Amino acid sequence: MAIGKGLGNGTHRRPIATQEPAALRWLLIGLALAFLTLFLFIPLVAVFTEALRKGWGTYLSAISDPYALAAIRLTLLTAAIAVPLNVLFGIAAAWAIAKFEFRGKSLLLTLIDLPFSVSPVIAGLIYVLVFGAQGWLGPWLAAHDVKIIFAVPGIVLATTFVTFPFVARELIPLMQAQGSEEEEAALVLGARGLTTFWRVTLPNIKWGLLYGVVLCTARALGEFGAVSVVSGHIRGQTNTLPLHVEILYNEYQFAAAFAVASLLTLLALVMLALKTLIEWQTQRLQRAAGGE
Amino acid sequence: MLFRRTQPSVLPGFNIALGYTLLYLGLVVLIPLSAAFLKAAGMDWASFWKAVSAPRVVASYRLTFGASLLAALLNAFFGLVVAWVLVRYQFPGKRLVDALVDLPFALPTAVAGISLATLYAPNGWIGSWFAASGLKIAFTPLGVVVALTFIGLPFVVRTVQPVLEDLDPQVEEAAACLGASRLQTIRRVILPAAWPALLTGFTLAFARAVGEYGSVIFIAGNIPMVSEITPLIIISKLEQYDYAGATAVAVVMLLISFCLLLAINLLQWWAQRYRER
Repeated sequence: MAIGKGLGNGTHRRPIATQEPAALRWLLIGLALAFLTLFLFIPLVAVFTEALRKGWGTYLSAISDPYALAAIRLTLLTAAIAVPLNVLFGIAAAWAIAKFEFRGKSLLLTLIDLPFSVSPVIAGLIYVLVFGAQGWLGPWLAAHDVKIIFAVPGIVLATTFVTFPFVARELIPLMQAQGSEEEEAALVLGARGLTTFWRVTLPNIKWGLLYGVVLCTARALGEFGAVSVVSGHIRGQTNTLPLHVEILYNEYQFAAAFAVASLLTLLALVMLALKTLIEWQTQRLQRAAGGE
Repeated sequence: MLFRRTQPSVLPGFNIALGYTLLYLGLVVLIPLSAAFLKAAGMDWASFWKAVSAPRVVASYRLTFGASLLAALLNAFFGLVVAWVLVRYQFPGKRLVDALVDLPFALPTAVAGISLATLYAPNGWIGSWFAASGLKIAFTPLGVVVALTFIGLPFVVRTVQPVLEDLDPQVEEAAACLGASRLQTIRRVILPAAWPALLTGFTLAFARAVGEYGSVIFIAGNIPMVSEITPLIIISKLEQYDYAGATAVAVVMLLISFCLLLAINLLQWWAQRYRER
């Protein structure tokens, strides 16, 4: 049984007949880690080493540059508008789809997933076709002096499009699994619709909702392709952080580009940590519920 | 009638929730998307065909779909290995590795792009190692494959992992009791169970890779006819104010993406039935 040691979770050991030989096990672990190192870990570490290649002075001046600060503000502003919009939509869509039976439900589900299968570049293009100078609403917008494309509203719209399904996709299966018995009980006991939502539904879905918000925010902060099409790349005005990285990189200011990129990487790591914590939390809740 | 309720319910808010969902979906997604199709429909067939079949555009389809296929295949193989290792084996740092697998979902594509381009360039950490053996990665079609492998990495792992976790150990024990060797058990019992999920993950990674832009443009070198991807063709047409041409190429990509979406839905439906059986 010596081979069984260190396998499984210790409480029950797998019998030898359903195990691979130790050599094969270590070969597979080595293969998996080598692949992840080459494609994932080294690129992650490289962002920080390249950012600090010319020392902390360059690093700090790159991230405190006025254009960088403007880009940080715009990126945060964009996420602060796009994420709540998609949260509201996600809750409404999940309520309609999970709590009611209606015709065309699977069609609606497919349509909600649609933005995931559209290239970010095309997501930008379609807004240019609607709001651009040559687009459907272009002449009207020009006459009323409203700028959407090559301005902040276009960036927000494009970001909203690419992050559209995240919250809905987390909430729909969760609310479907929970059913509607608790809400029905609350209503029978005399609660009003909104009270039922705040007191019964929301506490049940809060972890799933938070999970969706984290995924949505991570993508909103980092979107590049769609935003690049509608932004116009005006420094200090319509330049988001990822676009600022591109500009610096194309100007061969590599250390500065990686310094700004390291900020985005830190944000991504924070999002990843939050996501992992939420997963552990829901697993714990599930185990607690199962152990009752 | 579409979107008519088929079962009564005491819960309130159906009309407003569904109404808001359809309104928002229409305004943000459906109307803008239809703009692309209407714009393309307004072109005459000859100019549409000329835009989508120019040699430079056709070369970009070949690169985009070829590199995406290669990257998805790489991810299918290594993703299966990673999922297997994460589910079945213990090793130090496993939880950290498990959490970091999702990094390509969280890391902005432009950051991934400049990092991979720097590393895989002929004078980069990894690129210099390959350059010594005469293999150039960055600024060639191989660089495109590297970037697309990075962004597709989590898909196969995250679709196969839950299936492997759910696999009943008794089935493997039964196979072993009936005299199967470990290799036979893996080939005849475990792989067939993981197959639909593997195929779904592969298709998801492929679909994502086809539309990818940010991580590719830095490492690709963007040489026309050689390492120029289709989304970049759309961008460069837009920069030359060739809206009709950009839209025509976009419509071709959209149609292919919709076919992939359909394939993914069918696969997931099949996988679910397969697991319930």
